[in-house]
Amino acid sequence: MEFITSHLLTSILFFPALAALVILFLPKDEVKLIRWAALIASLVPFGLTVLLWTNFNSGAAGFQFQEQYPWYEAINATFHVGVDGLSLTMVLLTTLLTPLAILASFSITDRVKAYMMLFLFLETGMLGVFLALDLLIFFVFWEIGLVPMYFLINQWGGANRNYASLKFMIYTMAGSLGLLLSIQMLGVLFQTYDLPTLYQQWTSIKGTVMGLPVDTVKTVAFWSFTVAFAIKVPIWPFHTWLPDAHTEAPTAGSMLLAGVLLKLGAYGFLRLVIPLYPVESARFAGVLAFLAVMSIIFGAFGAYGQDDFKRLVAYSSINHMGFVVLGIAAAAKAAGTLDAHIALDGAVLQMFNHGISAAGMFFLVGVIYERTHTRNLNDFGGLFSLVPVYGGILIFTSMASLGLPALNGFVSEFLVVRGSWPIFTVYTAAGMLGLLFTGAYILKGIKKLLHGPLNEKWVGHLTEINTREIIVMAPLMALFLVLGIWPAWLLDVINKAVTMLF
Amino acid sequence: MATETLIWLLPLPPLLAFFLIVLFTNRNKALSHWIGVGAAALSWLGSMIVFVRALGVEHLGEHPFASAINWLPLGDTWLKIGVRIDPLSAVVLFFVGWTVFMIFLYSVGYHNYGQPEGDHDRPGLPPHGATATDEHGHEHAVPSVEPMYSRFFAFIGLFAFGMYTLVVSDNLLTLFVGWEIMGLCSYLLIGFWYGKKSARDAAIKAFMTTRIGDVFMLLGIAFLYTATGSLSYDVVFSERVLHALATTPAFFGLTAAGMIGLLLFIGAVGKSAQWPLHVWLPDAMEGPTPVSAMIHAATMVSAGVYMTIRIFPLFSAGWDGHGLTATMSIIAFIGAFTALFAATIAVAQNDIKRVLAYSTISQLGYMIAAIGIGAYVAAAFHLVTHAFFKALLFLGSGSVIHGMEHGVLHTGDHDVDPQDMFNMGGLYKKMPVTFWTFLIGGFALSGFPLVTAGFWSKDEIFADAFGHGHMAVFITLALAAFLTAFYTMRQITLSFLGKPRTGVAEHAQETPWTMTVPLMVLAIFAVTFGWVGIPEHFPGLGGLLPNWFHEFVGGTLAVRPEAVAFSMAPLLTSLGVALGGLFFGWLVYRKVQAGAVDPLKKVLGPVHTLLENKYYFDEAYDFLFVKPAYWLAETFTYKWIDRGLIDNILHSFGRAATWLGSALRNYFDLPFINRFVGDGSAAVVRKAGSELRYVETGRIQQYMIAAMSTLIVVGALLYYFFLA
Repeated sequence: MEFITSHLLTSILFFPALAALVILFLPKDEVKLIRWAALIASLVPFGLTVLLWTNFNSGAAGFQFQEQYPWYEAINATFHVGVDGLSLTMVLLTTLLTPLAILASFSITDRVKAYMMLFLFLETGMLGVFLALDLLIFFVFWEIGLVPMYFLINQWGGANRNYASLKFMIYTMAGSLGLLLSIQMLGVLFQTYDLPTLYQQWTSIKGTVMGLPVDTVKTVAFWSFTVAFAIKVPIWPFHTWLPDAHTEAPTAGSMLLAGVLLKLGAYGFLRLVIPLYPVESARFAGVLAFLAVMSIIFGAFGAYGQDDFKRLVAYSSINHMGFVVLGIAAAAKAAGTLDAHIALDGAVLQMFNHGISAAGMFFLVGVIYERTHTRNLNDFGGLFSLVPVYGGILIFTSMASLGLPALNGFVSEFLVVRGSWPIFTVYTAAGMLGLLFTGAYILKGIKKLLHGPLNEKWVGHLTEINTREIIVMAPLMALFLVLGIWPAWLLDVINKAVTMLF
Repeated sequence: MATETLIWLLPLPPLLAFFLIVLFTNRNKALSHWIGVGAAALSWLGSMIVFVRALGVEHLGEHPFASAINWLPLGDTWLKIGVRIDPLSAVVLFFVGWTVFMIFLYSVGYHNYGQPEGDHDRPGLPPHGATATDEHGHEHAVPSVEPMYSRFFAFIGLFAFGMYTLVVSDNLLTLFVGWEIMGLCSYLLIGFWYGKKSARDAAIKAFMTTRIGDVFMLLGIAFLYTATGSLSYDVVFSERVLHALATTPAFFGLTAAGMIGLLLFIGAVGKSAQWPLHVWLPDAMEGPTPVSAMIHAATMVSAGVYMTIRIFPLFSAGWDGHGLTATMSIIAFIGAFTALFAATIAVAQNDIKRVLAYSTISQLGYMIAAIGIGAYVAAAFHLVTHAFFKALLFLGSGSVIHGMEHGVLHTGDHDVDPQDMFNMGGLYKKMPVTFWTFLIGGFALSGFPLVTAGFWSKDEIFADAFGHGHMAVFITLALAAFLTAFYTMRQITLSFLGKPRTGVAEHAQETPWTMTVPLMVLAIFAVTFGWVGIPEHFPGLGGLLPNWFHEFVGGTLAVRPEAVAFSMAPLLTSLGVALGGLFFGWLVYRKVQAGAVDPLKKVLGPVHTLLENKYYFDEAYDFLFVKPAYWLAETFTYKWIDRGLIDNILHSFGRAATWLGSALRNYFDLPFINRFVGDGSAAVVRKAGSELRYVETGRIQQYMIAAMSTLIVVGALLYYFFLA
């Protein structure tokens, strides 16, 4: 116990991977055992995160619970982990969603052992990115996270899974090439990959680097970081991998893909781009804001144009993540002002909010797909009378996703709009078009699925949402409401972290 | 209990009712309606206590009941939210408490509580009636209970929560929260019978049209918050802040105050169904009638007017009392135009509820116009009286429809539309309570002199418009008032007077007490509430009762508006248009026979067709906005940009890589490597490749190791490369 408390972060980080190794030795026909083992294994990091949350001192500056071990000494890369308010929020999101995703996967019957192991590896991969305070470690986990997701889509996905998984993998990898090179450059320059050190040294460097003016080098490096993260978020026009990946991924895969993996990109902006390139970020913030607004608008239009329910929800992620990026861009542009502060508070809160609401939406799409084996909205109609409980949950979750006031999404979207209004007035106003169409596509989904004349085909064939599925949704729905009515408990941690970031 | 605590608690009972019904009692109809009506009663009681206590406070405007808490930590500051009851919110609270409670009660009867389950009813469709056998063994068609009875009470509970939240808020953010919750409820309740395509589409139309206003409002809130650092009324409407806003230039030649006011006002245009965002409200009549009464007449649409009165200090900042600020002119124009425009459409509608819907739009236009010309107290007065008589009229029309549906079941003639006024006639005998109360409501709406509340409130708007020389507004509103009286009397004559024009109307029946009692209560207010605002110098009556309303609500703002000097011209106009309209309405429609066309149609010809079709606004919007939006989403964004342009660029990278690969193989590997190195290595590679495929069974550790070693190798290479 003492070991765990003194190595809290590494315990959270590696427990899922260790548990996956244990599951490897379980007999593969004991499906029930494997499922429960995976679920319990994923609950442990959640419990530890709650412990972390309660022991975390949100008022203290810098990183907490740091652990540093020698790792690759020849190039001075150390295994350095630590949390601040930002990463803590993301860790909470990850450890919360993973058990729910695993519980959602109890209906998987094909190669359960491999499936559950991949999920646990995925959790370690994602957590590693959020916890890393060393650039090389960051990159290692960044890439590791891709692999389980690739296999989850490729092996348990839908009809077009090969195309989707390849697109996902290649696109993200291609994006990270520049990131890798830039990281290497930093490592060569400063003989360290340690982030807190680099924050100091890299931002204060002057003169020439490798024979080039430092501004040029920084600009190139800034863009290589930015592109990598932009693809991951994804920001328009790098977004087309996302609808494909989501549509083909198994339900729980989509939950984590939308819930956590997209946040890795936004987190990259917060943890690396803005602190390492404050000047360049401010200089190019306009471009980023423009692309963010394009994401908001075209994400919403894209979603509205879909007849495939899952693809509709996938496009909604582009729309919602656009607000995150808009907030980040505003904060980068006017760092140090209250407006920037509010925008960034909103962006981080929006990351959390989108994480839970998108996971909920994807799960609910999965619930109906499992029963009907179709995602085409035109095949449904009037199902509310057949599945009233499911319908109620879907409407509730849809409203959270739409950003209805008194539910979670509204607070963060409002803060982003408020924060970016004085900084990017025109862009913010243009983003309202996207916000309008958020309503349009959400209502389109409800209209075609639940409302309208009953499609008699499903009478007697469609079963109500079951208890396990309700249990998956219950914590999420509680959070929608709690974060909509009393967001201060989370926002306070974020707010203090943002204060220290600037 | 401290008044502030009580105010915090006001919105909670209906919210609690919502959760209780949804989670626990949704299968028990009686329990659900007890919880719902009980919650409404509790909130009503609380509202009355708060109202009475508010009356007892001297200078309530300067010392309102207020209490606030920290809500969002932002930087070093907090965004505060809280509650506040000042004179304006006190009177709004008064009518909200009454109308909401009455409508809850009415819903019990409207949804046929106590009747048997329908023969073919199912959730999502209105009840079709059941077959009951009496003691003689005869089978009768009787009304059947609403299949989603409990759900209805849950939804209106949530709605009531939204409205109370809006009223007690001390800031624009929680006002917006209540505003949007009501928007959601409006969507859910218009689409209550979601199985009907028309209801479903009307619900979406309502939500989307009001959302257009809402996104502007959100910008307005963001702008206001940016400019002042707060959203609380007492801060943003303080003299210092207003002065700063009025002197800051914003966009389009407006001051910051004017711009924020305009953005917020667009929200009200959506919510209060003003032109050009009026199109949703008539369609909203697809919902059950209590919903039309509560949401689309008495409370929710009033919220837009309420908010506009609230932000009056903003867009009137820098106003000297003469002329109008730019934003005020816009508001006055939209209000006056809507008042007349909607009244003309109402003349040509045959559906009893649609007439009322357009009259609501028109009356809201009156209030907006009044605010625009600075007469916000008159607007508030009309807001309250209108809420009472319009709720009464809607509930009355629901009672009529209910009675007619009874006739439909009795005669079995399902082709007769029970909402079409041309199918009615002579109902005064069959439904006396409904008739008399409807008459009172209709007369109040028309502004029948002296006895009705509508007369006093409308008169005050006329007096103000005339007194301050806004003649365009005055004439427009007077014309609209004439039309109002005309179509109201048309409605009353067609529905209640004369002889029944169908067998259905002949067998219509009075409704149960749960429906008629609310009608009577509201009818009392539709008469008496006018007496609290009789101008001091009114001939004969003035001074008998104090002009309490003006005194009380006028104290909301720091600067107390002066009552307008009395003048005969507006009074005579008001009398003339009201009585004239009523008379012509009766004259034209008193002898309409069964199957006859509207007499007005002969006179107006194609103009009538234009009015009947609401100036083709729906068709125009469909062509201009809805269809292009579909195209923009489905074809442009998805097919052309994403699938076409972006993905094709990506695929061309893929194709280029494949081409490069095969070129290397065909022009380098095959001729060069194979010749020198031999085929052996290829076999090795192939074998290695097929071995590697087994990794995909889930041994991810290997992949991790592979990924890491690749990284390390690449890292090491780069390291030495750069070092060298």
